[in-house]
Amino acid sequence: MAFAKIQFSATLLALEKMLRITAMRYPEFAERLRQKDFAAQIKLRDNSQGRCFHFNEGKVSSQAGVHPAQVVMAFQSPQVAARILRPSRSQLDFLHAVKNFQIEVQGPDELTVWLAETLGMLLTSGAKYGTSLGDGVMRFTSNTNGGPVFVDVKDDKIIRITPIEFDEEDAQPWTIKARGRSFTPPRKTTISSHTLAWKSMVYSKDRLLYPMKRVDFNPDGERNPQNRGISGYERISWDEALDLVAGEIQRVKREYGPGAILNGSGSHHTWGALGYWLSARIRFFNTIGATMVAHNPDSWEGWYWGAAHHWGYSSHNGGGETYSTVEDCLKNAEMIVFWSSDPEATSGVYGAHEGTIRRQWLKELGIPFVHIDPYYNHTAAWLGGKWLAPRPGADSAMVLAIACVWIIENLYDKDYVAKRTEGFDKWRDYILGKEDGIVKTPEWQEAETGVPAKDVRALARQWGTKKTYLAAGGMSGFGAACRTATGTDWARGMVCLMAMQGLGKPGVNIGCLQQGAPVDTRFFFPGYSEGGMSGDLAGTAMAMNLFQKMPQLPTINTVQQVVPRLKIPEAIVDGHCEGYPTDPRTIEGQFFKFKYPAPGHSQVKLYYKYGGSHFGTMTNTNRYVNMYRTDKLECVVNQSIWFEGEAKFADVILPACTSFERWDIGEFANCGGYVQHSFTQCNHRVAVLQHKCIEPLGESKSDFQIFLDLSKRLGVAASFSEGSTELDWCRRYFEATDLTTLTTWKKFLKKGYFVVPVPSEELRDPVSYQWFAEGRLKDTPELTPLPGSYSGAFRSGLQTQSGKIEFESSSLKRFDAEDPERSPILKYVPAWEGPHANELYARFPLHLVSPHPRFTFHTQSDGKDSTTNDIKDHRVLIDGFYYWIVRVNRRDAAVRGIADHGLVRVFNDRGAVICAAQLTERVPPGIVHSYESSAVYDPVGAPGKSADRGGCINILTPSRMMIGKSHALAACSCLVEVEKWNSGKTPV
Amino acid sequence: MKTWRMIVDVAACEDCNNCCLACKDEHVDNEWPGYSRPQPRHGQRWIDVQRTERGQFPLIDVAYRPVMCMQCADAPCVKASEGAIKRRPDGIVLIDPVKAKGKQGLVKSCPYHQIWWNEAEQIPQKCTLCAHLLDQGWKQPRCAQACPTGALRIEHLDDDEMKLRVETDHLECLHPEYKTVPHVYYRNMYRYTSCFIAGSVSVTRDGNTDCAVGVGVRLLTGEKPIASAVTDAFGDFKFDRLASGNNYAVEIAMPGGNCKTLSIANLKESKNIGIVEI
Repeated sequence: MAFAKIQFSATLLALEKMLRITAMRYPEFAERLRQKDFAAQIKLRDNSQGRCFHFNEGKVSSQAGVHPAQVVMAFQSPQVAARILRPSRSQLDFLHAVKNFQIEVQGPDELTVWLAETLGMLLTSGAKYGTSLGDGVMRFTSNTNGGPVFVDVKDDKIIRITPIEFDEEDAQPWTIKARGRSFTPPRKTTISSHTLAWKSMVYSKDRLLYPMKRVDFNPDGERNPQNRGISGYERISWDEALDLVAGEIQRVKREYGPGAILNGSGSHHTWGALGYWLSARIRFFNTIGATMVAHNPDSWEGWYWGAAHHWGYSSHNGGGETYSTVEDCLKNAEMIVFWSSDPEATSGVYGAHEGTIRRQWLKELGIPFVHIDPYYNHTAAWLGGKWLAPRPGADSAMVLAIACVWIIENLYDKDYVAKRTEGFDKWRDYILGKEDGIVKTPEWQEAETGVPAKDVRALARQWGTKKTYLAAGGMSGFGAACRTATGTDWARGMVCLMAMQGLGKPGVNIGCLQQGAPVDTRFFFPGYSEGGMSGDLAGTAMAMNLFQKMPQLPTINTVQQVVPRLKIPEAIVDGHCEGYPTDPRTIEGQFFKFKYPAPGHSQVKLYYKYGGSHFGTMTNTNRYVNMYRTDKLECVVNQSIWFEGEAKFADVILPACTSFERWDIGEFANCGGYVQHSFTQCNHRVAVLQHKCIEPLGESKSDFQIFLDLSKRLGVAASFSEGSTELDWCRRYFEATDLTTLTTWKKFLKKGYFVVPVPSEELRDPVSYQWFAEGRLKDTPELTPLPGSYSGAFRSGLQTQSGKIEFESSSLKRFDAEDPERSPILKYVPAWEGPHANELYARFPLHLVSPHPRFTFHTQSDGKDSTTNDIKDHRVLIDGFYYWIVRVNRRDAAVRGIADHGLVRVFNDRGAVICAAQLTERVPPGIVHSYESSAVYDPVGAPGKSADRGGCINILTPSRMMIGKSHALAACSCLVEVEKWNSGKTPV
Repeated sequence: MKTWRMIVDVAACEDCNNCCLACKDEHVDNEWPGYSRPQPRHGQRWIDVQRTERGQFPLIDVAYRPVMCMQCADAPCVKASEGAIKRRPDGIVLIDPVKAKGKQGLVKSCPYHQIWWNEAEQIPQKCTLCAHLLDQGWKQPRCAQACPTGALRIEHLDDDEMKLRVETDHLECLHPEYKTVPHVYYRNMYRYTSCFIAGSVSVTRDGNTDCAVGVGVRLLTGEKPIASAVTDAFGDFKFDRLASGNNYAVEIAMPGGNCKTLSIANLKESKNIGIVEI
């Protein structure tokens, strides 16, 4: 006991010396000490011992004993203090002491957080990072949604952003030997065009540089919600803004009870495990208690709500696994069928151009390609091959016809079907017309898809006789076809077709070489959906690995109410709605219908929107515009980097900085969780310490800092930040990864990136589904399905009840065997918006397909005066305005008198969008193409009631759920008409 | 004497536009003293990805052709510039922004239309091949560094080495008739400049129409066969690298040994002759 007390005394005395010495050595620490004047008492809880520290105009002094102080840090015992007050303390020890009140801190949040951060800075001050290039230029590193980058900075200004070229120290790449050749990727990272636009987005005239308030919004008087989107803004101070927002948060909780605060975010944010949308944001809103927006799996839809019922893979949102498929494909495949698959445009997800060289190898090997897509997409245009263009939403007719040919001509793997699948006979009978008298022949499908019967028969014969890779969608799941009115049927069909051809046999698999590179999957570096600093064990994948490796306070949202994202307007305006959850833990998770408002909960009164615009990305989006203009929302806060989209409908705008202006950490294309091991998209695993390259522009702040500043006003700062700075959190994250086995924090911080060594050929992962085809236990490196999902032993078969691929789905039989929209076997259901919708089709005879965009990452890098606007195939400059592009077949254009680059009005009953026409043969007559995700909303008249010239194509898409029992958008198959537009016309 | 050359593969370009955005990243808001003034944020395309489509639905193809300053050895802009534009010994043609100030006429001196007028600064501007970076030891300009497919490659070669490369890789220059000796060379230019004739052959047996696989097809000009093909698994054939303005005939072998002949007079653009039933 005596020793412990002496040690405590000595530590406290040493602390004063350390504070002084650090201030002498590092000017930034001296500057830090000048920020606050106050006294901090550190003591034992029984007051038997302590020392009081005085911070005064940058000077530190201390006196032994217990004295009056604004901040008191009390330890239960000198032993606890000894564990905590040491440089190499364990974070787990610290949190354990905090949670069990072995250490207690009292005082205003502003001071307690400052003290904790300052003590942490004793260890981090003076850290060196970046590489000098000479001439005053420093090279930093960062990471983006389109690849990791070098960032060259001079005088606190970014001068260039480039891909990372590896140096001699970095790990060597893998080599795949196939068909007498050796394939090795170059030692560098690739980059997406939207990442190359980042400098122009950092220095955009649309950056929000200070907090703003709508001029006619008075929280103590008239709020004028009807003027949202119309009236202007005035600059306010951060103190005013934070007081206003914190005040409103407390007011609506007090006046209405739990649930009154709604938080919504984009599906994506700037890259980084701390700043991404599943990290600091969740930690904050869980901490204050808020209604969260339930995200539909908008890139997966049909896979999640459809395919999962045939083969499981709920943890992948129904999308399946892709291990080692690059090597298998290069070695064994004889044909690739790209079906609604354009990896050159969409880069899988976050994958830059990593897959491009691999597809180039396939082309060099002379493997034939088939592309099935209503649009002659960029992958098709680049690789070449046969193009089949089915009508949007009719793909499942082609699926059935292909299966029909295989059945009639004996072109499928009967042994595999017998051993590895269930329910085939029932599906076969349906296809052969035993149920409805219609044989689903290629001739039958021609009337639905518009694709000649002969072409479908030829495809079926090729596919049935060659070892074929099916590139279904973009990566694992995805594809615009999964977001049509029949998206569930298409995705179900993809699984059923592969089941007939022996999925998992050499050369017979799913993929487009976008995923499945032979990188080291056993090396642990978590992805963003592991939740970073969120502490959220319920809504992220943190519980699986990260929580144990990176101890942090768990955060539990005390509000259990959620609002389905596609029905936010109904929830707000009508006051009620229903939804189905995205719960990837089990196949059945999606069946649990929920209602808003939740029992005993308040309706939403305050909407706190963070990043991204729903106007460009959700469906029938005038609904969202009109929602803002009602008095149902008493207060709208928007935390945004740029003044665009929904930010222009807020009452208070909080300016966030970009990821180049703050600290963060993250790996190239690593999502984790529902896209586990997505880094196998990359030719090299690259972990990046995202340097704070420049100071935040203007008065903008990091999202973390904004949430921390609000937390201080709400009295929850200690549980929000745990006293760690953003750099501290980066280090805590680093310490959680396997990087610690290969490098040091100091080196990683300095150099900024680390290339994970590749496994030897013997240690490469087994090929996905090979274990299944061969009837072995699952041997690919993932923990899902969960043990309880198996009818048999852990890892024996698939997640389905039978453990097999089920042509007749047992989960759908259990849930609702009579659902005409989703029967247990895949049947043809004509799209509810399409040629079968007679009256609608007569008025709106053009089918609009609106896939994920090519040159932007959803709304990121569009608008904002970004250089992306100059890409000819992205926007067209007409009379000083950059218009979004709609692609129209020449014949359709001719009968409407539409010229190339002429302005057109694309419209239906839901609204109108003014676009620039691009005349093309890349869509068949009757189909038009325009990407979704415009960041710009620019109504020519009243917001929500007039045509948008910004390009929010989703104004035209239906808000109807893909199938009734889902929360799924069906944006990619709506009906429209297109007509010439001249800007002199009366706004409509 | 080795000089810098750019080699562009039209067939490899997929219109990702990394080149033009990398160029903007390097040059917008950045002055490189001794080399260039900042490029305006919008409007100028120092590297311009041009697009062409050939054929008609559903037999089409699409090609992209990045065009930039040709770094001509006999550059009209240099001649017209009165010393404001110089060709360096390493082959890079640079505009001196000080000497060229006010000389709007230089924009028209480039037959490739690759000089842009900066209205605000009253200077002509163009691609510098990132000479400021190459001089610092960079191995390639920003556009080539960001290119994911190898469609843009930079080479440092003398005339003999380049001549050999032109022959082995079948390279050609854009508008050789301008006789400016460009140092930008194109591979697979036919994808952009020539025409194709394509079609689909089908056969009906027992009421079922199928793609006719393995059917012999010949292309003739006048009476003379110039190419032959066999239909693929989808019954499709394609004759490419055809000159426009000629008369062609497509001769399709019929099952009985006869031929079906379709004439295309004065081919102006690539042609999908559609489905031919045999």
